[in-house]
Amino acid sequence: MVVSEIPPINITARNTRIIPFEYEYYEPRSLKEVLELLDRYGDQARILAGGTDLLVKMKARLVEPRVVINVKKIDGLRYIVEDGEQVRIGALTRLRDVENSELVKKYIPALHDAVKSMGSIQIRNMATIGGNLCNASPAADTAPPLLVHNAKVVLSSVGGDRVLPLAEFFKGPGLTMLKPNELLREIIVEKSIAGSSAFKKVSRVAVDLAIASAAVYVEVEDGFIRNARIALGSVAPKPLRAVKTESLLRGLRIDSREVLNALKTIDEEISPITDVRSTAEYRRYASKVLVLDALEVAYARLKGGVHG
Amino acid sequence: MRVEFILNGRKVAVDVEPSETLLNTLRFKLRVKSVKRGCERGECGSCTILLDGQPVTSCMLLTLQVEGREVTTVEGLEKDDLFKKLVDYFIEEGAIQCGFCTPGILLTAWAGLKQGRFKSVDDVREYVANLCRCTGYVKIINAIYKAATGVAGR
Repeated sequence: MVVSEIPPINITARNTRIIPFEYEYYEPRSLKEVLELLDRYGDQARILAGGTDLLVKMKARLVEPRVVINVKKIDGLRYIVEDGEQVRIGALTRLRDVENSELVKKYIPALHDAVKSMGSIQIRNMATIGGNLCNASPAADTAPPLLVHNAKVVLSSVGGDRVLPLAEFFKGPGLTMLKPNELLREIIVEKSIAGSSAFKKVSRVAVDLAIASAAVYVEVEDGFIRNARIALGSVAPKPLRAVKTESLLRGLRIDSREVLNALKTIDEEISPITDVRSTAEYRRYASKVLVLDALEVAYARLKGGVHG
Repeated sequence: MRVEFILNGRKVAVDVEPSETLLNTLRFKLRVKSVKRGCERGECGSCTILLDGQPVTSCMLLTLQVEGREVTTVEGLEKDDLFKKLVDYFIEEGAIQCGFCTPGILLTAWAGLKQGRFKSVDDVREYVANLCRCTGYVKIINAIYKAATGVAGR
């Protein structure tokens, strides 16, 4: 059926919400082509991957790129592979792939928790892990788990690759260290071998954006915390590690009151705001509870050897 | 720009603007009116379609992105036995009020059923997170769970 035989109804802003401006559209088939396009157009271009953030922003005219580069047709950037003590995740891996991955469930349990809590099935089938990071929302749920697993990001450009710790990748709401000609290509994640991890968030309804979120990685020896890493979302301009609190946790009995006391330090490390989703005060309170809950789940996983 | 894809088993070719979403193309050019325009930001699930068998929201897809792929709406499942069973349970349970969300919910539920995802009522609740402003969800969830297991999920 060729549709030109049916007279189309004109699509206008009156009958549906359209993307209200024109742009050039590219659909490169290889990484090399993408990088060349990015090199040519720089910050005039936007990368379209899952589209679940970009198209919302374009419809609302929050961004008006002159060039849109759809990268989803590129093969070879959608993978989750084991590599020694690391797991490598291609930037175009769908959140649903991450959720269904046995490797992630076993070695990055906090990330499994996080993607399960993100959006609906429909969104998880479209959205990519690279897109979630590059969108750089303070509420990006994949960020805290990746931060506690010491993730690094591989940024590619025509000039070659550079590797950056994820903790240095975020600059602020919507802002990253990506140069205009760079593409996030891969995420390298440390496996939990000696320890385990967990992620918790509070949101208004199940598929909603986080009001606050926390990921914890913990190693425990004879009931004492040997090593702990904490990352928090939605409580600062960017997802961040609570390194001071982490250092205070080291050496404490995991089930002691001292842990609760140490968590009070989180207050000094975060700078939550009041917005449509919640108040700064509630976020301060919730982040401590979330860390405690995540700590408990991670410890239970460690003891039971069970994941998921 | 011309795009070709498979719509409900038939090859279609259609001229679209780069800025056109699949939701618009389906409704306004291909006249597939079962695909509903709801929130336009990927939250409500009313515009759900199956892309190569997986539920996605068509308001968040440019039509150009589905070149060469398989798009399924409820019209394409009319003769499918599992789909017919699902619809029967919706009728039996009274899982429909205004009907606006129904096509999207049926498609999402069908994909979950097909993949054997519903072992418990909670599995259904998690998978079928489409919004419905009328029913309060209980009957919808029950109908889907019945289709999966043959028993009511209360």
